[in-house]
Amino acid sequence: MNKPIRTMSLFCMALFLALMVNATYVQYVRANSLNENPQNRRVIDAAFSRDRGAIMVGRDAVAESVRSGDRFDYQRRYGKPFVYAPVTGFFSYYSQTGLEQTQNQVLSGDDPRLFVTRLVDLISNTSPKGGRVQTTIDPKVQQAAYDALSGIPGIQGSVVALEPSTGKVLAMVSLPTFDPNKLASHDLTAAQNTYDRLLHDPGQPLLNRAIQTRLPPGSTFKIVTASAALENGLYEDADSMVPGGPVYQLPQSTKKIDNGGRDCGTDKITMTQAIANSCNTSFLAIADELGHEKLQEQAEKFGFNRDYFDDLRPTAQSVYPTKADEPQTAMTGIGQFDVQATPLQMAMVAAGIANDGVVMRPYLVDQVLSPDLDVIDRTDPSELDRAVSESTAKQVNSMMVSTVTSGTASPAAIPGVEVAGKTGTAENCSDCKNYAWFISFAPANDPQVAVAVMIQGTNVPNEDIAGGQLGGPVAKAVMEAVIK
Amino acid sequence: MSQTSALMGFVHRRRRGAELLLLLLALAVGIGAYAAVGIGVQGEIPADIMGYGGWLVALLVIAHVTVRLTAPYADPVLLPIVAALNGLGLAVIHRLDLAAGLTNDNGSFARQQLTWMTVGVLLFVATLVIIRDHRVLQRFTYTAGLAAIVLLLMPMLPIIGKELNGARIWIHLGPFSFQPGEVAKVLLVIAFAGYLVVHRDALALAGRRLLFIDLPRGRDLGPILGMWLISLGILVFQHDLGSSLLFFGLFLVMLYVATERPGWLVVGAALFSAGALAAYRFVPTAHLRVEIWLHPWAHYGEGTDDRARQSVEALFGMAWGGLIGRGFGNGQPWRVSFAESDFIMAAIGEELGLTAVMALILCYGLIVERGLRTAVICRDEFGKLVATGLAVVFALQVFVVVGGVTRLIPLTGLTTPFLSYGGSSLVANWVIVALLLRISDHARRPPPMLAPEDADLDDSEATQVVKL
Repeated sequence: MNKPIRTMSLFCMALFLALMVNATYVQYVRANSLNENPQNRRVIDAAFSRDRGAIMVGRDAVAESVRSGDRFDYQRRYGKPFVYAPVTGFFSYYSQTGLEQTQNQVLSGDDPRLFVTRLVDLISNTSPKGGRVQTTIDPKVQQAAYDALSGIPGIQGSVVALEPSTGKVLAMVSLPTFDPNKLASHDLTAAQNTYDRLLHDPGQPLLNRAIQTRLPPGSTFKIVTASAALENGLYEDADSMVPGGPVYQLPQSTKKIDNGGRDCGTDKITMTQAIANSCNTSFLAIADELGHEKLQEQAEKFGFNRDYFDDLRPTAQSVYPTKADEPQTAMTGIGQFDVQATPLQMAMVAAGIANDGVVMRPYLVDQVLSPDLDVIDRTDPSELDRAVSESTAKQVNSMMVSTVTSGTASPAAIPGVEVAGKTGTAENCSDCKNYAWFISFAPANDPQVAVAVMIQGTNVPNEDIAGGQLGGPVAKAVMEAVIK
Repeated sequence: MSQTSALMGFVHRRRRGAELLLLLLALAVGIGAYAAVGIGVQGEIPADIMGYGGWLVALLVIAHVTVRLTAPYADPVLLPIVAALNGLGLAVIHRLDLAAGLTNDNGSFARQQLTWMTVGVLLFVATLVIIRDHRVLQRFTYTAGLAAIVLLLMPMLPIIGKELNGARIWIHLGPFSFQPGEVAKVLLVIAFAGYLVVHRDALALAGRRLLFIDLPRGRDLGPILGMWLISLGILVFQHDLGSSLLFFGLFLVMLYVATERPGWLVVGAALFSAGALAAYRFVPTAHLRVEIWLHPWAHYGEGTDDRARQSVEALFGMAWGGLIGRGFGNGQPWRVSFAESDFIMAAIGEELGLTAVMALILCYGLIVERGLRTAVICRDEFGKLVATGLAVVFALQVFVVVGGVTRLIPLTGLTTPFLSYGGSSLVANWVIVALLLRISDHARRPPPMLAPEDADLDDSEATQVVKL
């Protein structure tokens, strides 16, 4: 009987070997993919209990982890929750947004760049700490933008401020906002309830309007149209005479468009006047003369139809329609038809003109630091595209200055400083409320800051909603925060 | 083999000192794990560590002394391994008790398990003391078989039988609940061994050859078909996939070992496949288990029936444990339902890591290896068959439950021997170890002096049988 017993021992050995191989497969080979499964609550609990790194604005932490002493060891705390919510996002048990999401690897300490730190933590048997994220936000500018925008009653809107020479995001405000502290609460039911309430709030406070809301840019898009006209040699400079007049007859259509009572001459006017008085008739005609292809090319050089911002997710792509017939193309020239832009995109248009025609790639994460505050990574400014030539940029710059000194953008004027600006008031439908836009930069001869203000909705009566009146003072406050 | 070694003058050493040393290591595992649980979960060494450790020491001393007195030549490795497994199991169950907020006052599983361990050790001692020669068990071949069948049928009875978690394998007598299948396991091994020793020649020699395989005669197929039907009955009426597989596999292996005819394995494998296929088609429990095994993610999380929660959480836990584990108190083993019984391997994998899982599988492998080694060197056929049966039933059980937990095979409900919470299983396994020790003591004991050549052969055999 010994032979079959020996056979059986081989059989049993095979069984045990199979168990060992399979255990190795589950606990070693496949462990990573199982740990990355979003349904894995153990990993979520552990991540929620981590000593996450801080998100820094200037020298202050706007998000940091403090010891909590309950079953999750650390509590995420947001120092100025409402002001910075669009930037930091929130860190809840169930999900993350904003920098908390995109910089999660650094903040949690899992980033490969923090490998050495992790190794040291492992050897010294201290609990691993997350790295620190230094943002490009300037706290003064952010606060000014927040204060100014939240001064408008019932505001739904956004402000983005960029440093034109680098693409640094100096301010990013979106209203209405929310308190991420409530979502980070360790009382998971309360956090979930808060989240549900915010999610169903008609004001959409969880939306980061700076990058996620796109609306017709209206007259602010005339900057793009003017740039295209100059770039393509259609007109010489700011003093060139362009079509004007009180009414424009849309080609292949019976529709007539006027200038809302602004002075656009009777026949030809200078391009400066057309910009300063935001003449629809002029830019409908210019867009028609340019044609769809050239306008699209120019818009795309400024960033339309492109993805360029990785520091927050998701971002909406600004749109210049890839298909448009003649009347539609004319309408795109004044930022209507299917043209849609995010506030960030319009800030980039202003910044591109301000930076002598070069659009810098916008970024929000300036530095990544180890828990010991060694800089382990730094974002270098990079060019997204050259949108226009230096001379075109100078011409458009001067036209925008005129718009502030003697045109629709006068509310943004700062005494003693040359400011360049452009207003926009757009409509999506005939009955609904107007959107107000304002883009500007200052000082015009040495731009330090470019701003876009977008006002999606307010309690202000419709007839009072205009880019200049509502957006101008906000942009002014933001620019003053930078240059004073 | 043993006779050859005896002729060469080879005598197994008793090795009781080695057993004692290994027992100390086993105690270090058991008590150390208990202390580690206290430090990891509560931040301090448990206050009752002295009492708890003292109790374990007392139990193992009793077991060791009994082996010394009644089975001095028994295998020295089995008892320490079993002690280590049981000790570690107690600590893990205690850890899960703490997570669930159970204390000694409100019915902790660990306290009950310690009681069952005590009963198990007492039965271990009783088995060794009462059964001085395993061959007396051969007398109870049919009694054991009948008792096993009665035990297996008991959960089907109306008042005492009870269905728990989909399987009808429990009986309740007053305050006691009990899984008769675990005891039936031991009885079946004895019954099969007794039957096969008598009938092995008929089963082995008659038959015809077909395609290089010696197929048994039709009339000899009776017992195997009977066993097949019993297994299917357990599966269909009690929804107990694990036991069904275990009993049929056990019978098949013993038949093969007794007859030395691989043909039986072919017939058995064919029957098993047919049974498994039929079960998959017609038994909803079996179908569900296979479905969960194949597509666990379709049955996990919100929006699904969530029936794979247990399996998937076990996988998550083991992956979370990784190579060295999270450490006692740093994992979340309570996320796996029944972590203290069927899924204890997942709890160990999570908090003690792949390292501990490997070590435990090796320990089980060692138990099986010692059992089969005993079978090889055993001098009588009945002993060989019983040792093989016990070792194989152990191996199959470990494979089925650990394989099920780690998703190597579909999940079937069985306890992990010595680790899992469960009185019937623990007690039955202590008896199995006692029987293996008894047989190995007999096998390793120096053979009696051979009678002078002129003596009557029958006489010498007789003296050997009654030797005490």
